[in-house]
Amino acid sequence: MSTAERREHAYDLARVRSDFPILARSVHDKPLVYLDNAASSQKPRAVIDAESRVYEECYANVHRGVHELSMKATDAYEGARAVIQRFLGAASSEEIVYTRGTTEAVNLVASTWGRKNVGAGDEILITGLEHHSNIVPWQLLCEEKGAQLRVVPISDAGEVALEAIEKAITPRTRLVSVAHVSNALGTVLPVKRIAALAHAHGALMFVDAAQSVPRMTVDVRDLDCDFLGFSGHKAYGPTGIGALYARAEHLKAMPPYQGGGDMILSVTFEKTTYNDIPYKFEAGTPNIAGAIALGAALDYLTHLGLDRIAAHEDALLAYATEQASKIEGLTLVGTAREKVGVLSFTLEGIHPHDIGTVLDYEGIAIRTGHHCAQPVMDRFGIPATARASFGLYNTFEEIDALVAGIRKVQEMFA
Amino acid sequence: MSSELRELYQEVILDHSKKPRNLREIAGGRKADGMNPLCGDRATVYLELDGDVVKDASFVGKGCSISTASASMMTEAVKGRTRAEAEALFERFHDLVTGDPSKPGTGGADLGKLAVFSGVCEFPVRVKCAALPWHTMKAALENAPEPVSTE
Repeated sequence: MSTAERREHAYDLARVRSDFPILARSVHDKPLVYLDNAASSQKPRAVIDAESRVYEECYANVHRGVHELSMKATDAYEGARAVIQRFLGAASSEEIVYTRGTTEAVNLVASTWGRKNVGAGDEILITGLEHHSNIVPWQLLCEEKGAQLRVVPISDAGEVALEAIEKAITPRTRLVSVAHVSNALGTVLPVKRIAALAHAHGALMFVDAAQSVPRMTVDVRDLDCDFLGFSGHKAYGPTGIGALYARAEHLKAMPPYQGGGDMILSVTFEKTTYNDIPYKFEAGTPNIAGAIALGAALDYLTHLGLDRIAAHEDALLAYATEQASKIEGLTLVGTAREKVGVLSFTLEGIHPHDIGTVLDYEGIAIRTGHHCAQPVMDRFGIPATARASFGLYNTFEEIDALVAGIRKVQEMFA
Repeated sequence: MSSELRELYQEVILDHSKKPRNLREIAGGRKADGMNPLCGDRATVYLELDGDVVKDASFVGKGCSISTASASMMTEAVKGRTRAEAEALFERFHDLVTGDPSKPGTGGADLGKLAVFSGVCEFPVRVKCAALPWHTMKAALENAPEPVSTE
């Protein structure tokens, strides 16, 4: 009996796996081992059905029809907003703005709150482990306003010291924007304590929760953040939908994002009165079916239990780390004490791309490259890593398959 | 191992990736930089021209086995060729790795050793790896100032 078979699972894993139709398929005649969850996760039947049910049973445009279907669609669309509100622990559903994902959530805040509140000489503070989507929108804002983007460096383990953040906050810091969990390294940042530091110095706090929302309980009031963005597709929901949480007081003071229908109360050629929050930020016909299916995805996670998901993924990561550490020539990239979901590594003398191609032929899907975090790669002096990232449906046997695959790669390129 | 994978990682390719030939700089020659930022592949290609003839070719860089082997074998292949021959070779190599069905299939028969790259066309995401050193070589021939990318 292998070590993997002796592990206990936090829930009925076989049953959970059967909820995800794609997991039954094979790749290159091998059972699919999907370990690219940090890039995007697979969808349970409940999500797939929720999306198709919208189109089959109650589809119409939202917020503007007096007819039955429009009202039904509106109820489901707003119902999903309430699901997101409860999922994130927000005080009210008016604090939830639908976006295309985390990237748009960052861009929305940068171009509305940022344009209004950030001026020449002001500072935005981020860390060295950010995804490009939490770097570039702030660079654009800083360039436009003559502001400074300051970066708190990461340690060799891929951690960010609280003291370093405190030191980097100045009276000119307007916003601290950090990832809750690093997509490239798996490091968990103490965002609650960072938010407290930011607030103590008069700055606001944005949390990029793209990687944390699928893996752990995220409560915006507990974290006491001002803004938080996440993506549906990484949380077992559809692509092209996500949300921005923002405190109501900020949303009320922020100028609109895009102009168009649905974000107005009245329009004349002289003057337009904007709609209430959150609709002020939702111009145009939204991703109705996607939003409703995102609600189904979050319900699925709640039903399974975020604590149990976290416990399962922690056990997977511990097992994977232990097994990977036995492989000679393998270097883990990112060894933070607080770490979840992600195993980034390099193999001596073998390029990550070759690792990815050979593993693919074993049916194992991992990500290779810079993971949209080039500054992280530069920090470690490497062009790329191979990254296995875990989801709620992964098994210990799949980690054994990964380890066997890595040994095969090494034999091939020895 | 699957047959496609064996086709991709042929012995010759593995050999060149582990022991790349002409891995050095050429002082005073032409050079161009190639970079695929998504993969992190980098190659600087150096050419020494004697009139119209490529007298020497070399490269410096880091990349996956496909791009390293491609760079190594490219430097061997273009050495001693005229500029026009090197450019023609570039075209034929490009057709080989992209598996362009509209081009008369030679299976790389006229490409000599370079035919080992025929397996690359089965791996669309790896075509850019094989192509990078060749595009960089072409840029060096043309004295192109901007870095080349095949992503």
